[in-house]
Amino acid sequence: MNPTLTIATPEAVMFWFMAPLAVFAALGMLLVKKAVHSAILLAWVMITLAFFYIAQGALFLGIVQVVVYTGAVMMLFLFILMLVGVDSSDSLTETIRGLRPIAITAALGFGGLMVSLIGRATLGREPVGLEAANAGGNVQGLAQLLFSTYVWPFEVVSALLITAALGAMVLAHHQRTVERPSQREQAVNRFRTGSLASAAGLPGPGVFARHNAVDVPALLPDGSAAPTSISATLKARGDVLDSSAYQLDNVDTTVIEEK
Amino acid sequence: MNPYNYLYVAAILFTIGAVGVVVRRNAIVVFMCVELMLNASNLTLTTFSRINGDLNGQVVAFFTMVIAACEVVVGLAIIVTIFRSRRSSSIDDASLLKR
Repeated sequence: MNPTLTIATPEAVMFWFMAPLAVFAALGMLLVKKAVHSAILLAWVMITLAFFYIAQGALFLGIVQVVVYTGAVMMLFLFILMLVGVDSSDSLTETIRGLRPIAITAALGFGGLMVSLIGRATLGREPVGLEAANAGGNVQGLAQLLFSTYVWPFEVVSALLITAALGAMVLAHHQRTVERPSQREQAVNRFRTGSLASAAGLPGPGVFARHNAVDVPALLPDGSAAPTSISATLKARGDVLDSSAYQLDNVDTTVIEEK
Repeated sequence: MNPYNYLYVAAILFTIGAVGVVVRRNAIVVFMCVELMLNASNLTLTTFSRINGDLNGQVVAFFTMVIAACEVVVGLAIIVTIFRSRRSSSIDDASLLKR
């Protein structure tokens, strides 16, 4: 007869505290608009899962979860987010009609099925616990399995890792199809295309002497904001402040532009 | 409390990830939802490993993590490539095969 598993109170408290947080964070992932916020919430879910692993006697997996997932994978996600543009926030409008109700219905069905399945199915024996299997150390036990039973999959996975790294390098390699414009061509382009107003360079941001942060557009002589004085990234992120809060009240707007 | 509670959490997280894959339109967010599903399945594997007192489940979860790392590397490279040619990371814009 195997010894049955008893779960200590600290683990139960940890579970009932962190499991709802993980579920809420995962739900938030679906609902937040910006991809960066989704990434932060996913990192939280992954850290929670690392806690769960360690609490369940999977010490090695818990550490790997933190190092590989919340460390490497999420870092890669954030890196690509920065590369692709932080302004790539999702439009939460549905593009395929009726997709969202169908998805939610299917999810409720699937989730209900899974939960009721877990609730009703029995394993036919009591939970054992990992005390016996982890007797010689969790890492040692895993290593013994990995290098005996699973040595062939282990080698195949190493080949897969190398292939993936090579594939990523090939995919991310960018070959120039057109020549990089020289300084002379850039200067000529600046005068030939667009207006002469922007030939001398775009106006800098900031209302002089009142507020000169990069997120406040400069003021034109007539008192209106100059839209070209703000970086396009800031504009796309929606981080532009209203410069009217910093402008002088007694600007004379009756000046007629002279040609 | 019994260890089956972890399975409920894993099932819920997996379902949420699946909904995210279907509902969200940003390729990177879709990808993160796939990661969430993989993580949920890992939690299931670890929990069953504990219930059965057997480390095999943990080894499989470890392999899943390695595969997920590969998948992330290649997938993100594909997203960057698509972004370069279409200036967009929305999965609706990559629809050349539809026409």
